Amino acid sequence: MQENDKKLRIMNIPMQYFLVLSTFMFFAGIYGFITRRNMLAILISLELVVNAVDINFVVFNRYLYPGSMEGFFFTLFSIGITAAESAIAIAIIINIYRNLHNIEVRNMNKMKH
Amino acid sequence: MSLSIIILLIPIFMFLLLGLSGHKMKPQVAGILGTLGLATMAVLSYFIAFRYFFVEGKVGEVYLKLIPYNMKWIQFTEFLRIDLGILLDPISVMMLVVITTVSLMVHIYSMEYMKGEKGFHRYYALLSLFSFSMLGLVVATNIFQMYIFWELVGVSSYSLIGFYYTKPSAIAASKKAFIVTRFADLGFLVGILLLSYYTKTFDFSALTDPNGSLITQPVTATFLGAGVISWAMSLIFIGGAGKSAMLPLHIWLPDAMEGPTPVSALIHAATMVVAGVFLVARLFPVYVFVTPAVLNGIAYVGAATSLFAAIIACTQTDIKRVLAFSTISQIAYMIVSLGVSGYGGHEGLGYMASMFHLFTHAFFKALLFLGAGAVIHAVHSNEMKDMGGLRKYLPITNRTFFIACLAIAGIPPFSGFFSKDEILVAAFHKDIVLFACQYLVAGLTAFYMFRLYYSIFWGKDTHYHHAPHEGGMSMSLPLIFLAALTCVTGFVPFAELITSDGKAFEIHTEWIVAIPSVLVGVVGIAVATLMYKKETAMPDKVTASVGGFYKAAYNKFYFDEIYMFVTKQIIFKRISTPIAWFDRHIVDGFMDLQANMSQNASSKIKGLQSGNLKQYNWVFVMGAIIIAALVLFV
Repeated sequence: MQENDKKLRIMNIPMQYFLVLSTFMFFAGIYGFITRRNMLAILISLELVVNAVDINFVVFNRYLYPGSMEGFFFTLFSIGITAAESAIAIAIIINIYRNLHNIEVRNMNKMKH
Repeated sequence: MSLSIIILLIPIFMFLLLGLSGHKMKPQVAGILGTLGLATMAVLSYFIAFRYFFVEGKVGEVYLKLIPYNMKWIQFTEFLRIDLGILLDPISVMMLVVITTVSLMVHIYSMEYMKGEKGFHRYYALLSLFSFSMLGLVVATNIFQMYIFWELVGVSSYSLIGFYYTKPSAIAASKKAFIVTRFADLGFLVGILLLSYYTKTFDFSALTDPNGSLITQPVTATFLGAGVISWAMSLIFIGGAGKSAMLPLHIWLPDAMEGPTPVSALIHAATMVVAGVFLVARLFPVYVFVTPAVLNGIAYVGAATSLFAAIIACTQTDIKRVLAFSTISQIAYMIVSLGVSGYGGHEGLGYMASMFHLFTHAFFKALLFLGAGAVIHAVHSNEMKDMGGLRKYLPITNRTFFIACLAIAGIPPFSGFFSKDEILVAAFHKDIVLFACQYLVAGLTAFYMFRLYYSIFWGKDTHYHHAPHEGGMSMSLPLIFLAALTCVTGFVPFAELITSDGKAFEIHTEWIVAIPSVLVGVVGIAVATLMYKKETAMPDKVTASVGGFYKAAYNKFYFDEIYMFVTKQIIFKRISTPIAWFDRHIVDGFMDLQANMSQNASSKIKGLQSGNLKQYNWVFVMGAIIIAALVLFV
């Protein structure tokens, strides 16, 4: 009963709420991706974008196809991949720091060499 | 007969062995290996000749064409294919004997003559290559195989003329020989293509069969007023004329004397230059039955060449050049003889005489060249003015050279008399103009050969810094052997062995021709004796009295200059230069335009790759937005 209640309560929240939230997160991420100077901040913005997409996956799965689990699993994969990607990105950033002694994006202009 | 393939395999093996690993051997070892290979081939070809002529070749009255080997190589269409094989018939067996004999003599001779030269093993390797190609040429079963070996012969001749590759004149001569003969071979190739297109075969046996389809059902197609087969046969003859130095493609042969003298003896006197004669003889039934007009033309080309070359030979002072022009003249003799011949029985006398002369000429001309080589070896000069009175120093060379001179002058009982006499008889019965021309040439030949002989061995007593001396045994032996051959080859009963239709026929000496032909030879010799045996002022007087003509003949009738004018002034200047301009400005210009356009475009768009991460971010996001917009709204 308790279980069922909780489920009902979540179901009572309209889907649009989640979507609005994820949209905000997504565009905040995009905004940060474009405007931030610090590479770590850009990486964080990227995480926001990915998380927004993950939320969308879960929400659509929960509301539109309640019986199936693909959305959840895909989200799990996505989180895993994001973690790996962050690890690589941070490793790159550390290397850049060693060479340039800062991680400002505007100093990253030698990438065609 | 199955041994015949070995004759071809030995020289190519020797070529590879000496060419690839010769530099590791001692030069003498390389020379001995090459000579041994050639000796084996010579023995084999004598054996094959014996088997062919006396055991296997003759069935009933007729010598057959035997094909012990035949391998299908390329199948073009249902009918047209190229084979590689060995064809044995009287002329190819005869050529096997000639080539291996002369080549063996040259191999032995060169051991001494070329001793100490740089590239001794290379010399022997190339000689082997040449022997291989020439033998392959004569035993070819089809015209395409012949063409392949024809070109191989040209290549090995080219490399041997240019053997002294540090000498600019030798390089120029080798290039000249190659380009002129190659140019003629273009005609040969076109002729082959035409012939095979209309007859659907390359095979000699099919082409020259008197009952074959080419001869019994002539092709009726015409081009520019002449039958296509006439065109084809004329073009094929042009190829032969290039190799055999017929007018006006003879210009390469005198220059080819830049090569080592034994090479001149082998290639430019005895074997390669008769390839054209051999080609005409090989296709003889086609010439006789299908295109008699072309054959007639060939006879006149030959007559003009022989007269022309004989006149020039009287004026040259380089002994090898005299011999070169004499070679041109004698080959033209053979061509004339083929040109006046008919087919079958006594009609085919000219054919037999031509092959006979080819056979005898190979030996005495090789002897003359090797003798000239011995003289050059002794006095280190090619010029007559540096010689004189050499009979005291070079007794063997003197005697053998004298025998060869008598043979080429047509004095019995030496071999040249018999073959030349048959040629004159054949010409006499066919065309009196040609006969007169050849008769005159016979006199001129006797004159210039004895002029040469006296200038070298008699004449003035030149003082030499070192007393000239004979080369060693390996130089004298070939001379003596060839001199012996010169004495006996005239008695070979050619009319029973090598005839146009394979059947033996009777020849009888026609005194009405034989006596005058000996007389004119004797007159030529007598005039030369008067003028050159003792040093007199007479030659100068004679040359002064025919001043302009002498000068023209001395300069080889300005043929080289005419060729130079045509190539430099007309072809290079008027044709090649405008074409080169077109190529440089129009063709290249178009390509340059394309290259410039793409270069400009790339420099415009290369700003996109700035290396600036910030900009990349922007582009990425904007691109994503644009794509999203396109997906959503379009």
